[in-house]
Amino acid sequence: MGLKKFIGIRLITMFGVLMATLLLTVILVGSNMDIILKQGISFQVRSEITENPAIAKSFSSVDEFESFVQDQIEQRRKALGLDTPWYSPQRIGVTMYKILILDFGRASFLTSDSGSSDIRDILLEKLPRTILLFTTATLIISVIGIYLGALAGSKAGSKIDRLTSTFAVISSSFPVWWIGMIMIFLFAFVYQIFPARATPLIPPSDPGYIAALLYHMTLPLITLVLIGFGSWAFLVRNFMIGIMQEDFITAKKTMGISQKKIIYSHALKNAAPPILTILALSLSGSLGGAIITEAVFDWPGMGRLYFEAITVMDLPVIIGATYVLTVFFLISIFIADLLYGYFDPRVKTGQ
Amino acid sequence: MSAISTEEIKREFLKSKMGLAGIGILAILVITSIVTVIIIPVDTFKQWNNPSYWISFPKTSTPVWVNMLTFEKIPEHQILGDPITSSERSGDISVVNHQFNVNFDYDDFPNDFIYEFTAKYSGSPLLQMSVIRPDGMELDLLSTSLPNSKTTIIHSERIFSTDASIKKNLFLQKEQFGFPIDKMSSEDIIFSNSQLHGIQKGNYIFLVNLYGVKAENEILDSRLIIGGKAFGMMGTDELRRDLAIGLLLGTPLALFIGLAVAIGSVVMGLLYGVYAGFKGKKTDEAMMRLNDVVYALPALPFLIILAVTISNSIFMMVGFLMLFGWVGIAKVSRSMALQIKTKGYVEASKMMGQKNSKIILRHIVPQLLPYAMASIAISVPAAITTEAGLSFLGLGDPTFPTWGQILHDANIYGAAPRGLWWWIAPPGVMIAITGLAFVFIGNALDSIVNPKLKKQ
Repeated sequence: MGLKKFIGIRLITMFGVLMATLLLTVILVGSNMDIILKQGISFQVRSEITENPAIAKSFSSVDEFESFVQDQIEQRRKALGLDTPWYSPQRIGVTMYKILILDFGRASFLTSDSGSSDIRDILLEKLPRTILLFTTATLIISVIGIYLGALAGSKAGSKIDRLTSTFAVISSSFPVWWIGMIMIFLFAFVYQIFPARATPLIPPSDPGYIAALLYHMTLPLITLVLIGFGSWAFLVRNFMIGIMQEDFITAKKTMGISQKKIIYSHALKNAAPPILTILALSLSGSLGGAIITEAVFDWPGMGRLYFEAITVMDLPVIIGATYVLTVFFLISIFIADLLYGYFDPRVKTGQ
Repeated sequence: MSAISTEEIKREFLKSKMGLAGIGILAILVITSIVTVIIIPVDTFKQWNNPSYWISFPKTSTPVWVNMLTFEKIPEHQILGDPITSSERSGDISVVNHQFNVNFDYDDFPNDFIYEFTAKYSGSPLLQMSVIRPDGMELDLLSTSLPNSKTTIIHSERIFSTDASIKKNLFLQKEQFGFPIDKMSSEDIIFSNSQLHGIQKGNYIFLVNLYGVKAENEILDSRLIIGGKAFGMMGTDELRRDLAIGLLLGTPLALFIGLAVAIGSVVMGLLYGVYAGFKGKKTDEAMMRLNDVVYALPALPFLIILAVTISNSIFMMVGFLMLFGWVGIAKVSRSMALQIKTKGYVEASKMMGQKNSKIILRHIVPQLLPYAMASIAISVPAAITTEAGLSFLGLGDPTFPTWGQILHDANIYGAAPRGLWWWIAPPGVMIAITGLAFVFIGNALDSIVNPKLKKQ
């Protein structure tokens, strides 16, 4: 199996997964969405009539008026295709096609900061912020983690090694969002250095917005790094220990090459494939795991959007956000797969 | 793959300090759970979300042991339910007397005080309340008649310190104080020095007299609550709930969720993977593609959607978590099954015409058991944290006070920015400790099981 075929199969699988995810989401929220849409129509019709008393006056009896209202509601339902049940293949197909071409429709309740209720606008506004916080965090984590892991792995059993491993195990047992609460308690209540809520109070149009956003970002960023680098260091350490026992390292040692050079240029290079793979995975994983963390810090990104959408049951937003999260997740899995296949030829042969 | 005997694992495990530490913590947690189930009545568990059940407890009060660490003693919340009782009779008039001794030795005024009673009476008896202070001064607090009734009835009432007639009574005795008392709350007056406003420490005696005419009156139940700012081992939350009880109830729940999810998903993954590996060919291919699909589903968003649309009951949640938990284990057990399949004895039993199910359960699965045990231990923490995360978002089962649920309430009432550390810290520490116990056990098992697998 060549690389092209490998990529081809992966792409097809991914597309299948994307479709499956989409179908599953639509099925799960479909019935609720129908009810909400229908209620919306009835409400709309009735409010239009109360706003325009002339319509009500033109009817002689209550029955006649009621049948007119029902008629109006029916017509609009038909226009939106709500007369067929949500599980009819035709409607599911249309919904899925629309989402696939990134036409998410309008949100029922939520709006973007600029006031648009177009879900695409909302997502485009929130996504950069999540990337700003979580990608920065992941990059810092990986740099610290790789450096510390290499150091610990080259001196297996030393004090620094044991310290790193212990810290890794302990830090990964705490939920990130709980550490977030503790950090808010410490640095927003006890020492009032950072704001408790990460959403800047000034509007995005203000020139000082970026600075304010960065200031509000500090506390969540510190939290993410603090809780994240331990397990990274531990992973890198484990790879390094394996590599440091290889013959070529021993050979290099006997050749008299300095320990530092061996660790950072020779050993680390060989540990690169799994490290890169994990980096690709964690970059996207951070987007998914961000839901709870963003809710704690009130960071105005994708995660909080998702959380808000659930709280008010804004189903179109839930579908749109799930789709985007899935796409990111799949892309990173794909990149991880490719990297793995590129570095490790055995994968391509399918063994 | 040489099968490791259970004996061998036990021997190796007992050598591992980490594993023993894990077992130790787990044992403590299990004992805590058992004690919790025995000592905490089912009713308390059911009433967790019922605010009126917790009414006699104080709001957001610190744990009492904080007083040991500070110089300024925070007033403890005192619920006095055991008064000294006596009754007298002279002619037509009967008196029931309840006396509460309050030792007040703190550096701040109490929040309030509440007198709760249930009386059985007929007619219209007179209820009198007064307090004798450490300096000997006696203050009349209240004298009120209970609602008139011709027959014998049982009447319950709560008298709050904010009661207007208590304030009025105290105001009538204002000449006893050397400072203006008209704008103070009644507890600030009662517990103050007479000349200068400040705490008077010492023994206070609260007296309650119930006078009746030509009738047998009884006070069936009588409680005096001195509202403090410190209560219990773990303090209370905004809804006056005792957090010690919440934390204790969370222990068996967390163990249940963690173990149920871990065991469920490992068993599912193991059987799925082994079957795929054993069957091979097209079955294997199809099953592994399905595995890929589930692997690529973003778990948290889906768990959220499932919780919102289907059900957020704790048992359903366990099921949902299992749905996402089996994938990794299926992959590994498939590759292990592929190895074992080629072994002579498996081939032999195939030749002998044994049923597939029998080969899988008799010859393949037992070999994977050590690995399965390690996987179970390792997957418990993730299950507990994920459930806590979902509860934290408000998607958990509100009828079960899990640790995540407590943290959810804490977050809603802004515990972190308000500095209510006793509400935030303990649940998270409990989650982490429980997780650590299983991580220790899992790592210890893993290092026993894995090196032998690598030799293959």
